[in-house]
Amino acid sequence: MTAPARTPAPLDGRPARRRPPRVSTVLTYASLVAASLVVLVPLLVVLLTSLKTSGEVADGTDVLALPHDWLNFSNYGTAFTDGHMLMAFGNTAFILLFSVTGTVVIGSMTAYAVDRFEFRFKKAVMALFLLATLVPGVTTQVATFQVINSFGLIDTRWAPILLYMGTDIVSIYIFLQFIRGIPTSLDEAARLDGANAFTIYRKIIFPMLKPAIATVVIIKGITTYNDFYIPFLYMPSEDLGTISTALFRFKGPYGAHWETISAGAILVILPTLLVFLFLQRYIYNGFTQGATK
Amino acid sequence: MTHSTRTAPPPDPLTGPHTAGRRPGHRPVDRRSRPRSWRDHPLRRVTPWLFLLVPLALLVTFTYVPVGNMIYYSFTDWDGVSPDRSFVGGDNYEELFTRPDLFRVFAVSLYYLAASVVQIAAALYFATVLSFDLRLRNLFKGILFFPYLINGVAIGFVFLYFFQDGGTLDSVLSLLGIDSDHAWLGDPRSANTALAGVSVWRFTGLNFVLFLGAIQSIPGELYEAAQIDGATRRQQFRHLIAPGIRPVLSLSVILAISGSLSVFEIPFIMTGGATGTQTFVIQTVKLAFQFNKTGLASACAVVLLLIILAVTWIQRRLVPDEKVDLV
Repeated sequence: MTAPARTPAPLDGRPARRRPPRVSTVLTYASLVAASLVVLVPLLVVLLTSLKTSGEVADGTDVLALPHDWLNFSNYGTAFTDGHMLMAFGNTAFILLFSVTGTVVIGSMTAYAVDRFEFRFKKAVMALFLLATLVPGVTTQVATFQVINSFGLIDTRWAPILLYMGTDIVSIYIFLQFIRGIPTSLDEAARLDGANAFTIYRKIIFPMLKPAIATVVIIKGITTYNDFYIPFLYMPSEDLGTISTALFRFKGPYGAHWETISAGAILVILPTLLVFLFLQRYIYNGFTQGATK
Repeated sequence: MTHSTRTAPPPDPLTGPHTAGRRPGHRPVDRRSRPRSWRDHPLRRVTPWLFLLVPLALLVTFTYVPVGNMIYYSFTDWDGVSPDRSFVGGDNYEELFTRPDLFRVFAVSLYYLAASVVQIAAALYFATVLSFDLRLRNLFKGILFFPYLINGVAIGFVFLYFFQDGGTLDSVLSLLGIDSDHAWLGDPRSANTALAGVSVWRFTGLNFVLFLGAIQSIPGELYEAAQIDGATRRQQFRHLIAPGIRPVLSLSVILAISGSLSVFEIPFIMTGGATGTQTFVIQTVKLAFQFNKTGLASACAVVLLLIILAVTWIQRRLVPDEKVDLV
């Protein structure tokens, strides 16, 4: 993990240690501003479009033109009611709640068992988990679909919940990294007081895992919120739409109504933006840990 | 269960008072050079399995059973629905390798592979630049990373609007004095380039943050020493930054290759695989769920799985990764 404090800050008025030479400074800023524009312009245009009336969008004026009425939120209303976005947020929240809770419990239990116990086939078990990270999820859906089908879970919210819980090796790894840092003397002290393995897990290990839990909740939450394919495949009926699939369905009825589609897209992006603004540091750390697993 | 003994971490010698409580015979020297402890208790052997029961059941049910079934289906002509299926040997694989249209979709991956080169280069550049002290550093960092967090469907729509006729791209170009009425998603070449561009837009942020983290974990004193020795920035990059980020770089390369082979979401959402933008995974998914060719689709999936395993294996051989300490 990188501590932000490690970067030298020019607080003392003297030139910073890692300051680039002057000549290139302008070019450096220019490249950063250009990159920021590349990121922001596509998003801002969609934001502008979402505030326009259908007349403004249809009459073929410049897409960069500003909306006449900056407070025209009627497209958001249309997206919310006709686009079933409210139901979609509900379904997504339901799936998020169960799959994130499940991932935290399952991941921490696995990490506890693997780190604190010696048992036969431990290496085989770990290899099983490790090997699973290499299997690309999208392709195995061909066969996973049949498994879910045999459980009779197609077109229920339990299908994605089970799939999100059952295939998350990254979070197991994050817990494992963290649990190694918790001194075993704590377990032993509790054991002396007569605690059994489950009590130790629940009363000692789990509460101490809080930072790791935060990381897993954030990563898992964002990836689940953004996942498109699993809900698309397993929950075809309209009233089981998640935010991804509900937004995807805008494509048909609103094919030419870019103001409504834009409003829908902004509605989906907005929660992510808010979470990002408030939890920036955790998100950077979380995704760094998650990717370098 | 109550156990008065304690498990000792290997370097920590067992001390008397802990074991003396219940057990009558505390022998200082045991067969295993350690007193009988909770480690040898029969329940101790079952406990880890109780914790692993649910995780393992889920792992096997949703990863290994599908992979096994997939391999089995790939040798049958099953349509995914009917109760009967017959064994057809290697016919599906033969079809896959002899029908050029089925295998040609891998060519689309080349666009994404090229894009990931651009992506890694850009990420490396911005990570290096932002590891220095700059004004608005965190703002730039946030802006560059944010696309990675956005919902894929939303990104798909944002860029459909971006590339459509008279859309964002055309308007920006005409602002710059370039008039173009090119249908960006109209022919295979420009459509694939456009889609690969979206993938750069989406994933550069992740690479960037990974590289930045690696660069910032290089101790600042090293830079100071280098500066005192008169190292130029280029030399600093070559001898300090490059070795520091090598593990992350190799990880990014492997992610880029397997990612390019299994591109799915963006082209599926934006074009549905039309105008020559079909990728191998889109084709597999269509074969399975639209054309009910579960057998053939399974063969495709098995081939992709084998390719990805091979790529990973090669990478592990080339760059021995000291980070793999899970086992």
